[in-house]
Amino acid sequence: MWDEATLNMLVQGVVETLYMTIASTAFGYIIGMPIGILLVTSAKDGIRPCAWLFKTLDVIVNITRSIPFLILLVAVMPFTKTIVGTSIGSTATIVPLTLSAAPFIARLVESSIKEVDKGIIEAAQSMGASNFKIIYKVMLPEAKPSLIVGSAIASTTILGYSAMAGFVAGGGLGTIAINYGFYRYEKELMFVTVALLVIIVQVMQAIGMKAAGISDKRK
Amino acid sequence: MSEAIIEINSLCKTFVTKDRQVNALNNINLTINKGDIFGIIGMSGAGKSTLVRCINMLEKPTDGTVFFDGTDLTKLSAKKLREVRRSMSMIFQQFNLMMQRTAEQNICFPMELEGVDKKAAKEKAKELLKMVGLEDRAKAYPSQLSGGQKQRVAIARALATNPKVLLCDEATSALDPKTTTSILKLLKDINKRLGITIIIITHQMSVIEEICNRVAIIADSQIAECGRVEDIFYKPQTAAAQKLVYPEGKLTDKLIGKRCMRIVFDGNSSFEPVIANMVLECKAPVNIMYADTKNIDGKAFGQMVVQLPQDENLAKKMFSYVKAKGLSVEEVTGYVG
Repeated sequence: MWDEATLNMLVQGVVETLYMTIASTAFGYIIGMPIGILLVTSAKDGIRPCAWLFKTLDVIVNITRSIPFLILLVAVMPFTKTIVGTSIGSTATIVPLTLSAAPFIARLVESSIKEVDKGIIEAAQSMGASNFKIIYKVMLPEAKPSLIVGSAIASTTILGYSAMAGFVAGGGLGTIAINYGFYRYEKELMFVTVALLVIIVQVMQAIGMKAAGISDKRK
Repeated sequence: MSEAIIEINSLCKTFVTKDRQVNALNNINLTINKGDIFGIIGMSGAGKSTLVRCINMLEKPTDGTVFFDGTDLTKLSAKKLREVRRSMSMIFQQFNLMMQRTAEQNICFPMELEGVDKKAAKEKAKELLKMVGLEDRAKAYPSQLSGGQKQRVAIARALATNPKVLLCDEATSALDPKTTTSILKLLKDINKRLGITIIIITHQMSVIEEICNRVAIIADSQIAECGRVEDIFYKPQTAAAQKLVYPEGKLTDKLIGKRCMRIVFDGNSSFEPVIANMVLECKAPVNIMYADTKNIDGKAFGQMVVQLPQDENLAKKMFSYVKAKGLSVEEVTGYVG
């Protein structure tokens, strides 16, 4: 089974998996990060309390987070098709992955920023900082180590979801594992793909923790 | 030097919770003059932290006005208010430095907000670090500094925008006594050298005695007493003030029913050992029942209660001796604080 074609397929699987994970994480942050920030600032004890905005975002995030990924994947297929032009393959999988990652990321960002000491924010207010400056000069830099840990969690979770997309020909290692291991009972190949997924998760997690450690000046 | 910089008129602050209203501040009137080191003292929960936050509008007052340098802050737009806040800095009990920035970067922060050129800001930060005695810790992160050093960085940061007023919210409450003294010294120095008006919120009478020239005592959401530190210290009028000046429990019932003399030191005979001389003069011992005297700016303030000898004549002699020294005395048979 270890012919060149199989190896090429595995390499391509790894590349596709990384592509889906990185792209979905990036898009997920583009959507989720502002939502997370707004959840903090509009909360009752935030720098600009706004009950209706907080409630709306809170409910949307909760609803989208409670939809199982596989169902979301299938449900948004028409939407995916209009955006990407197809509903199979790794590029198409990025759409449901992003939609499912965004609310999760919003919560991660929210909890990271909430860790920032209220006193530091009050100090910035006492110095005449506008809310916008408080967000990008105080909240985000102060929460940076925690945000980095969050991004490691987000990307590894998204990686796991991307493998799930293998069921609907989503591309990447997940598809290989399902096609060979699940449908054809080629256990060896399935184990290899699973091992590759484990290694990728390990590496991403290690990089995230290391980066967070380096950026944290609290110790 | 008696030009007002902050004028608080009938200020009220009410917090509304789900089931009740809390009057945190009730009809506060205060005038703080340029160059003052003004103390605001009260027990915890008296409303002093709310009061200081109403001065820079971190808390919006429910009613009343706060004039700063002639402008009514309660009427300003958010944008104008942010500008005003730059000339009214604040330091905190927990220092509130940004943990992911070095000491230098922390000091540069308010200048970044103002849009000061980076190089100029760094220069200024260096100068300020030198002033607070931390020129060698510019690159240190707050986690690498001691409490006193953190507060020094916070003071330097507060001075970066050349403020007119420095608000100190329990700035020394998290520090040990020695560090407290050194921070107070630094504040006094800043007041003298830069002419910055300082407002100090504290629950420690010792802080007020050490550096303030005027004081307001806040109790039950109201100003109980306000005036020169010497006056309040010498003759506290209200129960709230007395509680702070004579810490509870010192005037015990041991004094009741005995012939005692209360001597009040109000700053005139500071270097003279009055009691010792009196004993030598009258050739009779006295029993010191209670003493709480302090040296403020080289003058003695405080009070002492001494038990007098049984002999009527000796006691009378002692009374007149102390009176002759210009101290006020009174007989305190059965006196309770």
